[in-house]
Amino acid sequence: MAAAVRLAALVLLLRGPGGWGRAEPPRDSLREELVITPLPSGDVAATFQFRTRWDSELQREEVSHYRLFPKALGQLISKYSLRELHLSLTQGFWRTRYWGPPFLQAPSGAELWVWFQDTVTDVDTSWKELSNVLSGIFCASLNFIDSTNTVTPTASFKPLGLANDTDHHFLRYAVLPREVVCTENLTPWKKLLPCSSKAGLSMLLKAERLFHTSYHSQAVHIRPICRNARCTSISWELRQTLSVVFDAFVTGQGKKDWSLFRMFSRTLTEPCPLASESRVYVDITSYSQDNETLEMNPPPLSTYQDVILGTQRTYAVYDLFDTAVINSSRNLNLQLKWRRPPENGYIHYQPAQDRLQPHLLEMLIQLPASSVTKVSIQFERALLKWTEYTPDPNHGFYVSPSVLSALVPSMVAAKPVDWEESPLFSSLFPVSDSSSYFLRLYTEPLLVNLPTPDFSMPYNVICLTCTVVAVCYGSFYNLLTRTFHIEEPRTGGLAKRLANLIRRARGVPPL
Amino acid sequence: MVPVSVVFTGESVPLDDQEKLPFTVVHEREIPLKYKMKIKCRFQKAYRKTLVYEEEALSMGSIQEAEAMLAESQEQAEGSLTVYVISEHSSLLPQDMMSYIGPKRTAVVRGIMHREAFNIIGHRVIQAVQAMSLTEDVLAAALADHLPEDKWSSDKRRPLKSSLGYEITFSLLNPDPKSHDVHWDIQGAVRRYVQPFLNALSVTGNFSVDSQILYYAVLGVNPRFDPASSSYYLAAHSLPHVINPVESRLGSSAASLYPVLNFLLYVPELAHSPLYIQDKDGAPVATNAFHSPRWGGIMVYNVDPKAYNASELPVRVEVDMVRVMEVFLAQLRLLFGIAQPQVPPKCLFSRPKGEGLMTWELDRLLWARSVENLATATTTLTSLAQLLGKISNIVIKDDVASEVYRAVAAVQKAAEELASGHLASAFAASQEAVTSSERAFFDPSLLHLLYFPDDQKFAIYIPLFLPMAVPILLSLVKIFLESRKSWKKPEKTD
Repeated sequence: MAAAVRLAALVLLLRGPGGWGRAEPPRDSLREELVITPLPSGDVAATFQFRTRWDSELQREEVSHYRLFPKALGQLISKYSLRELHLSLTQGFWRTRYWGPPFLQAPSGAELWVWFQDTVTDVDTSWKELSNVLSGIFCASLNFIDSTNTVTPTASFKPLGLANDTDHHFLRYAVLPREVVCTENLTPWKKLLPCSSKAGLSMLLKAERLFHTSYHSQAVHIRPICRNARCTSISWELRQTLSVVFDAFVTGQGKKDWSLFRMFSRTLTEPCPLASESRVYVDITSYSQDNETLEMNPPPLSTYQDVILGTQRTYAVYDLFDTAVINSSRNLNLQLKWRRPPENGYIHYQPAQDRLQPHLLEMLIQLPASSVTKVSIQFERALLKWTEYTPDPNHGFYVSPSVLSALVPSMVAAKPVDWEESPLFSSLFPVSDSSSYFLRLYTEPLLVNLPTPDFSMPYNVICLTCTVVAVCYGSFYNLLTRTFHIEEPRTGGLAKRLANLIRRARGVPPL
Repeated sequence: MVPVSVVFTGESVPLDDQEKLPFTVVHEREIPLKYKMKIKCRFQKAYRKTLVYEEEALSMGSIQEAEAMLAESQEQAEGSLTVYVISEHSSLLPQDMMSYIGPKRTAVVRGIMHREAFNIIGHRVIQAVQAMSLTEDVLAAALADHLPEDKWSSDKRRPLKSSLGYEITFSLLNPDPKSHDVHWDIQGAVRRYVQPFLNALSVTGNFSVDSQILYYAVLGVNPRFDPASSSYYLAAHSLPHVINPVESRLGSSAASLYPVLNFLLYVPELAHSPLYIQDKDGAPVATNAFHSPRWGGIMVYNVDPKAYNASELPVRVEVDMVRVMEVFLAQLRLLFGIAQPQVPPKCLFSRPKGEGLMTWELDRLLWARSVENLATATTTLTSLAQLLGKISNIVIKDDVASEVYRAVAAVQKAAEELASGHLASAFAASQEAVTSSERAFFDPSLLHLLYFPDDQKFAIYIPLFLPMAVPILLSLVKIFLESRKSWKKPEKTD
């Protein structure tokens, strides 16, 4: 490797005006945002969005100078004449019943849908090449996308950006439900960010915490948008979103406290210097009524109210560019604390050990008045060895009933129990407090019908083995021990033999 | 074969020698390579007298004017050269210079009034021509991949492999965006400096250029502090480790399959400014840049310390594109293998024109590329033949066969054209030869029936057919025996 190049002999005559040219003003901008939403079930959802807006012409052929917009995606847009691209990789399922409606849901696995420009002549070839290139960029096996899992929806996937007219022949949609999302998909996704997990909100993206979640979805969305309100010119917008749902039991040991450090094992130190906006929003809608039990640390400097997904919501805003937010300790760790811990705090759970002990779950809860409380637990029954089955396996297996022991408040004050004087039916349970009485209820046992093995198989195997052994061994034994002797050839057919038999019986000499 | 025309002006040689013009002399040279391989290099010199306009041009005052007049009147084919012989006392060249090599396939040599004029002049002409055309090192570099390994110098491996096109990427690395707000006018610089150079090279392939800015990209090596000059330095032995961590962020090109050349401009962090690259002796390198063969180059751009005093962070830095592009273009020339030729003594070497590339340098590149392409195509076809010899199971489809025929025809054509001196068509034929041979060799249909050896065929079919065949065979044998017995019986009784 040459260390230096001596230019004395090869001084280049440089044409054009000398001196350095002025650099053009930057034509792209970055905004980053994190929304933290405590969910009704006690879990916490965090949604990151990184949005790069690139003010350049649509359909330009030789655009080749990139700053914040990643070069890999820019080259894709120009080479395959894309109008819109939406790719998502998801692990888990968003449970709308427990968590509420999502901002942006994605199907489990990989989903890719693309609108091509109307200058593309052969959409299917471009689609195949595009999915191969994307599978290289994101380390996902999108190259399995072919005509057997691609469709052209006519009504559902209209363009999300600007569109003049939409001929659905330029749309392609494919889903790969088998795709697994892991760290090697997150790393190239993070590399597309301008600040690339070194500054700003992307510092929180640590793979070992992000994949320890109930729901993990990362997505890339590219679409054209209006540059200003009058829509005189068009820009490209790239949104990279990441949604995760942290399980409350995992993060806070059953308490509803959470903090950025507990969720991501990192805190925020500085905004990304390339971003024009860097904000954290925390959904405090459900907490603004019960202010005395809840505390946000550090306290929010401003709030934002808006109608999101049909309901009025309030958000606490932390702007990382505001120097008051990142205080003298140079980091921001949002914490949510309950000042008075709620009474329903005791849970005792002992997991089962195979062939040793069963599950035990005890919960101490305070039921609110005029309400319905449902407690459900999921369990799996392990497969038994064939000798452990009962003689009637098709009957099923029983799960023992649950026990509810309750102190029910009584309308009328009870008098203290006198063991000898009062009737037997009133002294079943000791009465400690005259305002409530003790009650123990049981649920029904559960009968579970499980798949049973085919118990006739051992008999089948024994029969088959014995047959084979008998035939082979028998043949060998015969061959080895048979002796041969010469025999007179028997002349005559069957009739003659039959006649001889009769003659012998009569005592007459044979034929 | 290199066609050279040697043009004599009026007073360059004695009169009786001038009577003998025009005639042709062929000068052959064998360049030995390793292991008994040789390349024959033929210079065919056509001697003639000057035409009128050439005589006028050569009597101009300065060499530049003469060149300008000569250039506008004739256009030469690739690979050919013209040498003008002027009189001994002509003032066209400075007094002590014997020859001059121009940027556009022309050279000027001083004549001599002597009895053995032609021999001496012929010798000088050969010297000048060899500097502009094929030499040993050019060919050795071109065939570096195909010759056996040598503990010679690794300089010979510097040029890029021949390919149909290249992608050039300029990246600006800013590891500290909080302190430096770097701007570079890359679009203008590419348009002014790089694009003309690539246009001149466009015969060798398709080029595309793009650029990007990467933030928070650090080099793989921590620079050391040198208290003597209070600056940081990267030692020469740590330079190979610099590139690796950066390479993962550079990204490969999604758009095309051509090899990528990366040129990085690194603005060191505030904590490590200023940063210098040291060569093997410990002296800081003048241009603060280094390049890696077949990959690209890196230049370190130090921010002017005066910029820090006035303003607060981040400091706005405007990159001086002239300085940067000088270095990058020189590295680009080296990466392509356009090296300094061996200039004969007392020769005036002209400056390259605006594109930064002299025409005969392009010719040398085309010679080298043609030879390399021919060697690659031949090797590929030979390997395919050997493979077919070893594994007889491979099925060659018709289109693969036609590609092989095409490749062979192209190789032959290229060799012929090289021998007759038509460089442009030889290069095109050699490119076609390489493409066809690669397409034939890497065709996926070759692998279809590869893993179906004979013993597996036996293992599959015998358990099915053998039990069925044995009773049939036995009964056939029995029938045959009985029929033979029945034939023999009538014979016997007969």
